[in-house]
Amino acid sequence: MKKFWIVALAALAPLYAENIVIQNATIMTVTKGTLQGSVVIKDGKITEVGEKVMMPQNATVIDAGGQYVIPGIIDCHSHIAVDGNVNEGSVSVSSMVDIKDVINPEDISIYRALAGGVTTANILHGSANPIGGQTIVLKMRWGRDAQSMIFEGAMPGIKFALGENPKRPGNPQGGRGATQTAPARYPATRMGVEDTIREAFNEAKAYKAQWDEYDAKVAHGEHPLPPRKDLKLEPLKEVLEGKRYVHAHCYREDEILMLLRVADDYGFKIRTLQHVLEGYKVAKEIAAAGTGASTFSDWWAFKIEAYDAIPFNAAIMQKKGVVVSLNSDDAELMRHLNTEAGKAMKYGGLSETDALAMVTINPAKQLGIESRVGSIEAGKDADLVIYDRYPLSDFAKVQKVLIDGRLYFDRDSDVSGRPAKALEKQKLIDKEKQSQPRPAGGRRPVG
Amino acid sequence: MRTLGILIGCALAAGAASNNTVLIRGADVYPVTSAPVKGVSILVLDGKIAEIGLKVAAPKGVRVLEGKGLRVYPGMIDSATQLGLSEISAIRETVDTGELGEFMPQLRALASVNPDSEHFAVARIAGVTGAMTFPAGGGGGGRFGGARQYISGQAALIHTFGWTWEDMAVSGSAALYVQFPSLGPSGGRGGPLPENIAELLGEPGAGTFTEMTRTYKQELAKLADFFDEARRYQKAKAANAAGFVPDLKYEAMLPVLDGKVPVAMAAATPRLIHDAIQFADTEKVKIVILQPRELGSAAAELKAKNIPVVLGKVLALPHGQDDPYDQAFTLPAEAYKAGVKFAFGTFDNEFVRNLPYQAATAVAFGLPEDEALKAVTINPAQIWGAGDQLGSIEKGKSADLMVTTGDPLEIQTQVKHVFIRGQEIELSSKQTRLYDRYLNRQ
Repeated sequence: MKKFWIVALAALAPLYAENIVIQNATIMTVTKGTLQGSVVIKDGKITEVGEKVMMPQNATVIDAGGQYVIPGIIDCHSHIAVDGNVNEGSVSVSSMVDIKDVINPEDISIYRALAGGVTTANILHGSANPIGGQTIVLKMRWGRDAQSMIFEGAMPGIKFALGENPKRPGNPQGGRGATQTAPARYPATRMGVEDTIREAFNEAKAYKAQWDEYDAKVAHGEHPLPPRKDLKLEPLKEVLEGKRYVHAHCYREDEILMLLRVADDYGFKIRTLQHVLEGYKVAKEIAAAGTGASTFSDWWAFKIEAYDAIPFNAAIMQKKGVVVSLNSDDAELMRHLNTEAGKAMKYGGLSETDALAMVTINPAKQLGIESRVGSIEAGKDADLVIYDRYPLSDFAKVQKVLIDGRLYFDRDSDVSGRPAKALEKQKLIDKEKQSQPRPAGGRRPVG
Repeated sequence: MRTLGILIGCALAAGAASNNTVLIRGADVYPVTSAPVKGVSILVLDGKIAEIGLKVAAPKGVRVLEGKGLRVYPGMIDSATQLGLSEISAIRETVDTGELGEFMPQLRALASVNPDSEHFAVARIAGVTGAMTFPAGGGGGGRFGGARQYISGQAALIHTFGWTWEDMAVSGSAALYVQFPSLGPSGGRGGPLPENIAELLGEPGAGTFTEMTRTYKQELAKLADFFDEARRYQKAKAANAAGFVPDLKYEAMLPVLDGKVPVAMAAATPRLIHDAIQFADTEKVKIVILQPRELGSAAAELKAKNIPVVLGKVLALPHGQDDPYDQAFTLPAEAYKAGVKFAFGTFDNEFVRNLPYQAATAVAFGLPEDEALKAVTINPAQIWGAGDQLGSIEKGKSADLMVTTGDPLEIQTQVKHVFIRGQEIELSSKQTRLYDRYLNRQ
């Protein structure tokens, strides 16, 4: 049943034209201002943006009169499209596991995210471990296979996690006074979280030294025995070499500062602090470390480490020189990150461009893909969203979404296709009813 | 813990002048129950709206608020919260929803409302001046588990500002919260549990359709039995029979049986809504439906019987894999077209301030904007029995007002002033104080 729907929806999507021109739109480029005009797309790339453009031959024209075009939204923190649990929580350091191995291209959340204007998402391992699994950047190419969803050339990442979540397995029954029924897993405190990360990088450094020595000998023409490949330490070695980004889940100022200092000590960079709800308290230190911050617009009070969260967090960090993005961490919130950007204008008075940047070019920078996506500029991927009205508003809705110049979401087709799909579903239900004789004790509900 | 310290340290900072008399001059007034008027003044005397007009004389000594270029709306009312009852949802010690017990109509949310909860400050400076606070969330047995609960207690309609819960109360018993049985593991709130998980958890209704139906009918019968007992109690009391002993549970049912207090019940699907209405008919009680996710054939019935509905969350995922992506976004427009009366509820605490944005999303997907505004002002006031006091700018009503820079449903609009019963509320919360402090950090 599920498969059928995926195929049915996918069939709507790939309206592929070599050349597309989006006309008469208000184009919010993010990096080059806002203008009335057209976007020209050839072979999946933006070739021209302007008030007047050269019309290519045989172009499909999308008339976006009265509508708005923004770059495809980039969510720097998501867990959609993952097959099953996002946490390998049995160990404190699970750097050997990789989200790339469990991409589920049929997750309906991908389509729903598209319908909310998201074209790229950073898909992360969960936050159960101080050092979690490897992460992957996906384009929401709904209808394609797992491999085709991967953002080609995007730097791979790894999830770290600080605070309450990685502590939880150390306190299986919720801490003090509780009767422990499950064995505790180290760590149980923020102290232990720091130690776990230090121990891991201590090991990784020694491991890297073995390989460096080996590589040096090979470079000198020697033929030494290679060290044994360690699947846990290999990604950490990549972190030390700057070949893998660290995306660290964190809330409180103390743990944020701790991680920045641990990274200093071991000579690596934290690429992004995720959630970073108290980032506004240590914005100066985050900016000095050259670390990005990816936060919620207004989540707070759902747990004690989120009690000092303020909706002005993004604005303060931005004003103090941090590259800030707004993320969802949630399949629903993911569908309206444009309104979350609007909140950055409401809370802290950011400009429209600075706010919109927080869901487009800034997350692109944080993921190292800003040369490809995040703004509407000639030469970039044609990942675009068309809204029916001013997009930094909750009155706006997404009309069309293009990725690589292909139409992956079209509201009109979605709505007009519903009766046919309902009919198709009923047929399948009828067929299933006929094919299944009623077993004794009743049958399971269908649908 | 250090954060809790701040909470205690910053007691009610509302502080405003002790008087609740003010003249808002020359503002654009959106009364909700009538057409907007530009450039008029509102005189608030002793917490009530005394006059609205082009030329309103300010009595001597009355504070004048220049309203030029600003808009005045009635304060918003959130029809489904746990405000004052839950501080940090993950920490049980700070949560007072979800009591134990199957039939608990005697429990009242009001007397457990903490007026100093930080959530109030956050909500009221966003223009939410009133809220229904419920003794339990959806599902069964409260948020932190427990046995199946049928009646959770009395929900209160409160102002979001006051020195004590008595001070805050509009109605201590605005509804009786009944957890109407549901077919299968997916109740009104949140997403469905996968069948295999539901089975593992031993959720009622898990298993075969026959078993599900059986459990459902048993639960319905059990709920009806309790109402029958309450009726017998009512008769016994009226008869003043010898040896009559008051019972707190049944006593709490009397206003419901008399039709003075509605039962509020979550019902997700047309069938459940139909059954809930039938239950209310049989028991001859007033009913408000909470959190439907689909109205379908039940819409006509709701309209015909004039039964109001609390819609929310609008910003929610579709129920099933193959449901339209905008299922929850379009439901309010559907309800409106069918003529069903409704209010919005956030069914939340942390996100009460986003009530207007939930309403706005419904507008993006087809609901007329003035209807969205009614659904956060006059409709909830009427549904919860305070239509003569709250929800619109009319002479004689409580001066619960917000003064804004624009359309309150629009995200970028700023709330400039908030009045609750005529008293101006200081627009600060723990969050604004942290903002000021850290923006200026050296």
